[in-house]
Order: sequence, then structure tokens, then C-alpha cells
Amino acid sequence: MLDYFWLIPLVPLVGVVINGLFASRYIRSQLFTGALASGCMLVAFIIGFGSFMQLASMPVEDRHVEIELYDWISGSLVHMHDNDAHVESATLDIPFGLQFDPLSALMVLVVTGVGFLIHVYAIGYMKHDPPDKGFYRFFTYLNLFASFMLILVLGNSYAMMFIGWEGVGLCSFLLIGYYYKKKSAGDAAKKAFVVNRIGDAAFIIGMFTLFFTFGTLDYDGIFAGAAANSEVGSGLITFATMMLFIGATGKSAQIPLFVWLPDAMEGPTPVSALIHAATMVTAGVYMVVRSNVLFTLSPMTMTVVAVVGALTALMAASIAMVQNDIKRVLAYSTVSQLGYMFLACGVGAYAVGVFHLMTHAFFKALLFMAAGSVMHALHGELDMWKMGNLRKYMPRTHMTFLIGTLAIAGVPGLAGFFSKDEILWYAFTGPNGSPWLWAIGTLVAGMTAFYMMRMLIMVFYGDSRMDEHTESHVHENPPVMTIPLIVLAILSIVGGYVGIPANLRIGPLESLHETVDIVRWLEPVTGGHGAGDDNGEAEAHAMIPDSPAIVAPAIGGEAAQVLARPIAQEPAFVLTAEGEEHNTALEWTLMLISTGVALAGIGLAYQIYGRGKPTDEPAKRFGGLYAALWNKYWVDELYEAAFVQRAKDLGKGLWVFDDAVLDGTVEGVAAATKQSGTASSEFDNRVVDGAVNAAANSVWSGSWIFRALQTGMVQNYALVIAIGAFVLVSAYLFL
Amino acid sequence: MAELGLNHYLLLSALLFGIGVAGVLIRRNVIMVLMCMELIFNAANINLIAVSRFRPDLTGQVFTIFTIAVAAAEVAIGLGLVIAMFRNSTTVNVDEIHLLKG
Repeated sequence: MLDYFWLIPLVPLVGVVINGLFASRYIRSQLFTGALASGCMLVAFIIGFGSFMQLASMPVEDRHVEIELYDWISGSLVHMHDNDAHVESATLDIPFGLQFDPLSALMVLVVTGVGFLIHVYAIGYMKHDPPDKGFYRFFTYLNLFASFMLILVLGNSYAMMFIGWEGVGLCSFLLIGYYYKKKSAGDAAKKAFVVNRIGDAAFIIGMFTLFFTFGTLDYDGIFAGAAANSEVGSGLITFATMMLFIGATGKSAQIPLFVWLPDAMEGPTPVSALIHAATMVTAGVYMVVRSNVLFTLSPMTMTVVAVVGALTALMAASIAMVQNDIKRVLAYSTVSQLGYMFLACGVGAYAVGVFHLMTHAFFKALLFMAAGSVMHALHGELDMWKMGNLRKYMPRTHMTFLIGTLAIAGVPGLAGFFSKDEILWYAFTGPNGSPWLWAIGTLVAGMTAFYMMRMLIMVFYGDSRMDEHTESHVHENPPVMTIPLIVLAILSIVGGYVGIPANLRIGPLESLHETVDIVRWLEPVTGGHGAGDDNGEAEAHAMIPDSPAIVAPAIGGEAAQVLARPIAQEPAFVLTAEGEEHNTALEWTLMLISTGVALAGIGLAYQIYGRGKPTDEPAKRFGGLYAALWNKYWVDELYEAAFVQRAKDLGKGLWVFDDAVLDGTVEGVAAATKQSGTASSEFDNRVVDGAVNAAANSVWSGSWIFRALQTGMVQNYALVIAIGAFVLVSAYLFL
Repeated sequence: MAELGLNHYLLLSALLFGIGVAGVLIRRNVIMVLMCMELIFNAANINLIAVSRFRPDLTGQVFTIFTIAVAAAEVAIGLGLVIAMFRNSTTVNVDEIHLLKG
């Protein structure tokens, strides 16, 4: 299978071509279109899974396959600098190359696996759209998205990643604006596109900086060059990584570019689940993890990533606590969870970031699709104040939603618990960790539990607040929609057991950890630093390699483990393992605190919303704070005033300039032309025509005698002839 | 009674010619003009025949036969033109037809 992994991004393109070209005219069947689109995803998943299994059976150091399909850009000579600032030239060769390594493999499984389930679900969800209009368009875009997303995660250079990066942005735009007749959907699509464009510009600048520095865009070339030649904290690397991270904030909806994601909920719910929860928005996380060699070299960027991640998590979670639209709550929840992932990356625990990415893909896709199931049953109702007691009507949706809620809230035993706990652990102890980051993360965990529980209770429990007409039509959705939910619910439960925290590795869980461990799996990519490796938890990771005091010795009597990257000339990071007991004690403490906070959040939500009539009154007592949350911190308004209005002013200014100066010039030229035309016409009329007429008149007046001769009467002529003949004959005879 | 000589014929021919020319110049009716033109023709024919009679040469008489045939064709065309003219201008008076007046 591994030989054919390059087929993975191509398979969904088959669906794009067939559905895109023929569905509207010739096929006109929802069943065919939906089955083809889902089938393509399934085939891609099967190839991906086969490749994954084959990769897993290979020795760790060989787990990297590359294939170059063709030369995309080749042989352009580019001038660049080396460090001594003389100009050198490099050749810009970008093959259309794909690579399959542990990180790509994992992303492929998430994208195709979750993607397949969402495709199947969408067949049921979109059934009200006619097969030759919206339905086929939807599945064409969805397959196209999957194809680009797979190129993004499989590419072997930043240029390849950029193809996918832009492609998924395009598909996101198309799918947010799917209901294009609705103005809000069109506006949301434009907003997403424009905000993403800002991040993309930064991504391109970062890419150029990398090429400028290393003379290539290949991951291998750049990472080898960075590990070999760059110092920690080098200015160019810091600049490049900051730019890449700004790109990531656009795609992954972090401060300051997160504003598009909540609006993106205008798209159909499967789109929200696939693109705006499970896959596309995690592209930024993927990019940071993929570039971990570079980010590690820049402590400043790492700090920025961690702080931005933590603050985004906090901000979005707090907003989610007071929103009433179920999809918006989930959107802010997604922003917040993405913040967690960046927090993990920022403190150096890249593998854990990917771990949370995966579990989040499971439970957030589940929550979105369950919310979509509710919407579908309630004819598009989104306001949770108009729901209630749906447990009675939609038992399967309720059950799966409940599991998703418990998973994201971090209830022990479910997926979210494991990944979130790992993140919090590294936020405290990781190379860039700090108790502050941990405190924010823990607070967010509590908020997450609160808002998810609030939503769960308002939607599925208590008394029904639906109007009678809606209530009489509420029904559980068909199996095509509920089976994907059930599969994802199972994944949301078991998904966490691939990354068991060190302190829980006891009994059967230890042997499970020996068999499967996501962190160990990702080690070839993330290099093991900041990850719970098999030598026990590392407490003090890091620091700067050229500080000999830390490099050398052991702390706590155990040998320091120097983890040199295989490609590095000098150790990038030093892991020091301390006594197991202290670690474990600390880990237990942190785990209990975060679990306690999560349970407190659940309890508080139950206290306010679960007993008696649910009400937001207690929240409203906070006054200004509540208003800030309700209005999403006025960020949209701020951007509107600071950027959008300025852009409009600029546009108006340019319009005035255009109107006054450019149009003035054009109109002046036009008027001048018109004037000279009039003058020319006068000259023609008076001088030229005058001369002609004068000549004609002079001929006319000079010809009166000849005119008089020409009487036009035959007999006059005959008379003249006769006289002439008489005169001639007379002259002949008598002269 | 003197013997009829060539001069008598020529005199007759000259008279006919004079009458014809006068008619062509004076008459207003185009039919009459055409008829006067026939007189001029016949004046010429008499000249030809007369000269042929008084000289040992028949060419003039033969030539006259041709002239008569041609004159018949000319009359046919002339009358056709008159009809066409009448249809166009509802008149057969030559002094009312002066489109070529300068």
C-alpha cells in the first residue's frame, strides 16, 4: 500500500471530476453523487490505513517515504544571500513531491476517516437539496476540499503545503458561501477569505524567508540546514517562524485572526464539522508541528505561540459561555481547543498538540454533527432557548452528544481527558511551560465543561421550549446520519487511549501504552523533546544548547539524556529525567486539579441550568463582564472601526482621487478633443466647402450663355442643325 | 411638253426635303415630326433612284430597297419611343418635353 500512498489525494479528485462535470446534467441522483463522494473518501482512507500499517511495521528510522510525481517548478536561478552577505545564487526546484511519515500518516487517517463519516452524514443532512443543483455542488466542493487537505498534509515542501493551504481556503470559502442567496452566508464567506488572506500573506513571507536563508523549500533541506547552521534565536529563523505562525493564526483561527471562524458557521453543518472543526482549522497546528525544528530554534516565537494559544483558549471559551446559538458555541469551543493545541506546541510538546488535534477531530466533529442533527430535526432552529427535552425525541443524537460533551469537558476515561491533561502537564513542565500557562489552561478546562454542559442541558434536558408546530415534527434522524455519530462517539471514548499519561501507566494501561503510543509514534517527526518518552516523564526540558551548564550533567542522580536530532550536529534539546516519584506526584496533583475544575464546571452548569427553569440571570449579574462576553469582546466592532472602516476610507479617498483627478483628466481630454473636432468641422464647412462652392458658383455664373443654348427642345436643336447645314452648304456652293 | 430630265426629279426631291425639314422644325405633334422625317427619307430615296435611272448603274436602286427596310425599322422604334414617352409624360408635344434643358 505504501507504494501507492500518492494516490490518496488523487482519489477524491475522481469524485470531483465525475460529480462536478456530470452530476447536474446526466446523473441527477442523490444516491449516486453521495455514494461516489463518500466512496472516494473510503478508498482514500483504505489506502491511507494500509500505508499506515505498512509504515508502522517498518523500523522507526526508516519511517519516511517520499515520492516526486513530476517537476512542478524547475531550474529557475534565484539570487540569495548567505551569512556573509555576498550574493549567491540557488536554483529554485520544486518537484510535486509527496511524503508519508508518521505525522502525515496520522493526519491522513484523521482527514479521510473523519472525512468519510462526515460525507456519509452529509448524504442525509443535505437530502433537501436537489441532486442537480446544490447537492452535487456540495459534494464536489467537499471532495475537492479533502483532496487539497491531503495534499497539505502529504506535501514534502512548504510550496506543496501552500498548494493545499490555499486550496482548503478556497473550498472553505465556497462551502461557507454554499447558501449564496443568503447575504449573511456570502458575507461570512468573504470575511473568512479575506482574514485568511492576511495569514496567507504572512505564510508566503515566511516561506520566502526560509528560501532566502536555506536556498530550498523542501522540509528535509530546510530542517537539515536549520539544525546544522542556525543558532538558537537567530533573527531570520525567528522572523520566518513568526510569519509562519501568523499564517497559522489565520487558518487556525487564533488571536488576532480568529474572527472569521464563528461567522463561518453560516455554512452547512457537515462543513462546520469537517472543515471548521476537524481538519482545515488544524492545518495551522500541523504546520507548526511540521516546522518544529524551526520553532524550537526560536524561543521567542515559541513563547508567542504558547501565549497566543493560551489567551485564545481563554477568550474563546469565555465567549462560548454566554452564546445562545448552538453552532456558535461550538465554533468558539473550536477556537478555544485550537488554542490548547497551540499552547501545547508553544511549550514544546508538539506530539501532544497533534494528540489533541486528533481527539478534538473526533469529539468536535461528533458535536457538530449532533448539533446538525438537532437542527435538521428542528427545521434549522439554532437558538438553544427554543429547544429542550430533545432527549425524549432523539435518543441516539442525545446519547452521542452526551458522550461528545463528556469527552470535550475532560471527564476521566474519555478522549478529551487524556489529551487535555497531557497539554496541561506540559504547559506546567514543558520547555517553555510556566504555572501561568497551566493556570489559564486549567481555567479554560473548567469553562469548557461549563459551556458544554449548559448547552447539553438546554438542548436535551428540562422542559421543552419548542413551539407546538416544531415539536410535533421533531423526529430522530435516519441511520445514514446517526451511524456516523455513533462511530465518532466510540472514537471519542477510545481515542484517548493512544496517549496515556505517565502516572496512569499501570496494569493493563501500561501494556496498552507499550503497544500504542501516539507520542512515541510521532517521535521521528517531533524529535521526542517535550514529549513523554519511554524513559519517564521529563520534567525540565530544554534549554539553550550552547549553555554548557545544562548540557552536561545529571540532575537528581540520573544521567541526562541528550537527545540529538538525527540530522543535527549539536544537541538541540536536553532532556533531564528526575525521580519518578516527584514527577508522578506532581502529575497526579495537576491531573486531580484539572479534573476537579472540569467537574466543578459541570456542577456549576447543572446548578444554574439543570435545576428548575434554565436561566442566564446569574450570568447577567456580572454586568459589564457579561456584556463583554455577550458582545464577543467587541472584537468585530474593533476590527470594523480599526481596519474595515479605514479600508473603506482609503477606498473613498481613492474614489475621490479617481473622480477628481483621473476622471477630470479624461474628461478634459475628451472636451479638448470635442473642441478641436468642432473647430475642424467649422474649417471644413467654411474654408474647404467654401472654396469648392466658389469654384462651382463661378462655373455656374460663367455658363449662362451655354445654359441658354440648352433649351432641351428637340426642334431647337434640329433648327440649329438645319441652319448650320444651310450655312455650310451655302459656303461650299458660293465661296 | 419637254422630256422629263434628271433635274425634275432632283427638284421634286428638293421640294420634298424642304417640306420635310420645315415639318420637323415646325410641327409640335411628335407623330407629325416622325411623318415629316419620312418625307426627308423619301426625298433622299428619290435622289438615289433618279440618279440611278439616268446613269447605267443599278446600285442606287438596290440601295434604296435597303433604305426603305431600315426606315421601316426606324419607324417602328420611333413609334415605340413615342408610346413610351406618352406613358411617362402624358403628352406627345415635343415642346413640352425638355428634360435636357440646361
